[in-house]
Amino acid sequence: MPASAAPSTPQQYLQSLSRWHPIEIAFWLATLTPFLLFPTYLSLASQIAVAALFALSLDLILGYAGIVSLGHAAFFGIGAYTAGLFSKFVWGEPLSGLLVATAMAALVGYASSFIVARFRHLTLIMITLGLGLLLAEAANSAGWLTGGSDGLQGVDIWPLLGLFKFDLYGTTAYAYSLSVLFVVFLMARRLINSPFGLALRGIRENWVRMPAIGADSRSHIRKVYTISAGVAGIAGAVIAQTTSTVSLEALSFERSADVLVMLVLGGAGRLYGGLVGAAIFMIARDQFSGIAPQFWYFWIGILLIAVVMLLPNGILGGLSKILARWRGR
Amino acid sequence: MSAPAHIAPSKDAIANRAIALATRGLSMSFGSLVVARDIDLNLPVGARYALIGPNGAGKTTLINMMTGMLAPNSGQIFLGDEAITHLEPQDRVRRGLARTFQINTLFAGLNPLEAVTLAVIERRGIAGTFWQNIAMHREAIEEAHGILVKLRLGDCCYQPTRELPYGRQRLLEIALALATKPKVLLLDEPAAGVPQDESGDIFEVVASLSDDLTLLFIEHDMHVVFRFASHIIVLVGGAVFAQGTPAEIAADTGVREVYLGKRKHG
Amino acid sequence: MLPPVLGVLFDGIAYGMLLFLLSVGLSVTLGLMNFVNLAHCAFAMLGGYVTVTLMNVLHWPFFATLPLAFLIAAAASVAFERTLYRRLYRASDLDQVLLTIGIAFVSVAVAAWFFGTTQQPVDMPAYMRGSFNVLGLNIAAYRLFLVGVGVAVTVALIGALEYTRFGAQVRAAVDNQRMASGLGINVDLTFAITFALGSGLAGLGGALAIEIVGLDPNFAFTYLVYVLIIVSVGGLGSIAGSFAAACLIGISDIAGKYYVPELGAFLIYLVMVVVLMWRPAGLFGKR
Ligand SMILES: Nc1ncnc2c1ncn2[C@@H]1O[C@H](COP(=O)(O)OP(=O)(O)OP(=O)(O)O)[C@@H](O)[C@H]1O
Ligand SMILES: [Mg+2]
Repeated sequence: MPASAAPSTPQQYLQSLSRWHPIEIAFWLATLTPFLLFPTYLSLASQIAVAALFALSLDLILGYAGIVSLGHAAFFGIGAYTAGLFSKFVWGEPLSGLLVATAMAALVGYASSFIVARFRHLTLIMITLGLGLLLAEAANSAGWLTGGSDGLQGVDIWPLLGLFKFDLYGTTAYAYSLSVLFVVFLMARRLINSPFGLALRGIRENWVRMPAIGADSRSHIRKVYTISAGVAGIAGAVIAQTTSTVSLEALSFERSADVLVMLVLGGAGRLYGGLVGAAIFMIARDQFSGIAPQFWYFWIGILLIAVVMLLPNGILGGLSKILARWRGR
Repeated sequence: MSAPAHIAPSKDAIANRAIALATRGLSMSFGSLVVARDIDLNLPVGARYALIGPNGAGKTTLINMMTGMLAPNSGQIFLGDEAITHLEPQDRVRRGLARTFQINTLFAGLNPLEAVTLAVIERRGIAGTFWQNIAMHREAIEEAHGILVKLRLGDCCYQPTRELPYGRQRLLEIALALATKPKVLLLDEPAAGVPQDESGDIFEVVASLSDDLTLLFIEHDMHVVFRFASHIIVLVGGAVFAQGTPAEIAADTGVREVYLGKRKHG
Repeated sequence: MLPPVLGVLFDGIAYGMLLFLLSVGLSVTLGLMNFVNLAHCAFAMLGGYVTVTLMNVLHWPFFATLPLAFLIAAAASVAFERTLYRRLYRASDLDQVLLTIGIAFVSVAVAAWFFGTTQQPVDMPAYMRGSFNVLGLNIAAYRLFLVGVGVAVTVALIGALEYTRFGAQVRAAVDNQRMASGLGINVDLTFAITFALGSGLAGLGGALAIEIVGLDPNFAFTYLVYVLIIVSVGGLGSIAGSFAAACLIGISDIAGKYYVPELGAFLIYLVMVVVLMWRPAGLFGKR
């Protein structure tokens, strides 16, 4: 129960659950500090914002509906390639490119949601993995369109709103990715506090009970999968636009695995988990960029084992437990 | 609509009522283990049926088939006049067939208010709304709260389900089913695992449900069965062994030997 | 004269046998405990490195190393099973995925630390390097040997499962765990033994694979994908299913690379997605 004054009606109680907490406001204010304090790290900050967006999209399906996906990079890649190709063949205006990329990822997400919603457990993991690998291979084969392993050439993004060029310092890039992240976050926050959000938590908490209260879990899953794919597409589009490059890496299994690591590190199913996890992951990777990739993954492996064994709800889960214990005394 | 409380409906009156739920030739087996043999049942509207039988008789399996969680090998199921044999479980619920589970099947991380509100918004068809805060849907929330209060869960409705005492969780099982506004309610051992002195409370709640509601409950405690049931079905080895009024069942020597007798000695 | 397509078919089947050895253990353990073990191929890799070390450092002959590849992989898997895995049998898919991916990551790094990231050389005995001509078809001796091992293991496994007491217990536990423990079968022990056996076979597969696909630290992930595809296509807990799926995937992969190389691995992913959509429980699966 919340520690604040007991709500007088059930409705007020539910309302109180979605109220903004001061820590949240502090969090978002803190995201502005790179502009002032770390101007040399703006490109990194921008990458963190994109990773956070991607983790947020995975959180919608994994943290709220309990769908484990090992192929979420598919939608990230679709967003990235769509944005890149759009700038190459149509025009370079970023906001319209973002919309088109989102729509494209959501559309493919909607189509594949009919497959995904039919499965649970290992088969579901395999299907998401298989679809992701299938798409990566397809992009690799379709070199005439995607540039294959050389990456997409000729991405040209116009200045944002016709005013701000995506420069080398990353000021525009970070402003853009942070704004997109914030807007998407607001929508995701609304979604999880909505009736639909409650239904998703129901699916996560007890898949078997849902049909027994008259719920069509599959249609909920199709919907959230589509939304999540769209958000992943936004993340992909933003990285393509802010860096003017798109490579096959955007579709890779590593990207799917990384985002999963970020999310569980921060804590799935709590909105901020993906954001915190993404920040820690990306900063750590930046700090350790000198070491060979396989040793980087050694620490990731140790971390995963430790999180599963010791910190099942991620960093934020652990923190809130400590906080609750401390309050309880 | 309902008859005055002091006039207990006679057996004939029940027989003449419309049928709320019926099965025809329902059969099912797990591999070589036959758990349902050619089951024909008719539950008249407003009846209170008890389904009894030894452990492993196939009682839960029968409910699973009726509610669509298991597919029978053969046979049909009717809700009112409609054949529902091939409907998805949630579509049966939406047509008014609800159930509870013998082993708690609750939303551990939600509190009772959230869980019952979820069932209510699903019934009202607003569970797909993702652009409004749930607090906007006051009527749904208040309806859910009303159900909780009626089931004596009003004082713990903000507490996570996993922290509730076991007896409360059993009541929440029923609350979730009621939130779907069922016409027929199937209760699988509503007081399973509850200490004897508390199980009376649960059946008081069950007995206070509306007279229009058709009820089928599984229960092992014969005192409870004879007290609350208007009709008893005895299931043995997946087949209907006997059925009738409590008096008829009590007088049936076959039942006494196979089931009641055994229980008394064991 | 036999048409060259038969040669491709033969290579595909030989490759499929390898994949079968790598995957059958995971299939049975998944069927038994529903435990998603993404570190399965790390045990296969271990078997490979055992063989490489024994051959290159201690100069053992290739065949003498194989039993040890089996045993060490089996022993290592039991150590993990007893300490880490068993605590997660009832945990969510996600936790199992994370733990075992973590172990796989660590195994890759450890292998790279000890052996470097380059391919490991193995020196096959001369009689295994040759090939002979059957009606114009070039049959490599080693591949023929692989087919022999694959068939022998399949026959042995199916025989053991059908005709031994332990096999009956495994079958009962795969079919219905509730009932099996009700019948007094120690599901836990059954699982531990099956797990060791399955990982041992993977270790053997890893050792046998070196000659065909090479060995480097990425083995744990590269072949994981193949193994998962075979397991899900074949159906959990089914040996015949794994066998059929391994042949199907082996042939598709080799034929794809031979006839339409530009498609890359596209073909096998397509086969998997199509099979799973047609039969979500796999070709031979019950659930
Ligand atoms: N999913 C299943 N797979 C295989 N066998 C099952 C399954 N579910 C139930 N059974 C078996 O079917 C038989 C009937 O089970 P059921 O749960 O219907 O019994 P019940 O009458 O409800 O018993 P109880 O009074 O113990 O609840 C039992 O022998 C049980 O072991
Ligand atoms: Mg039962």
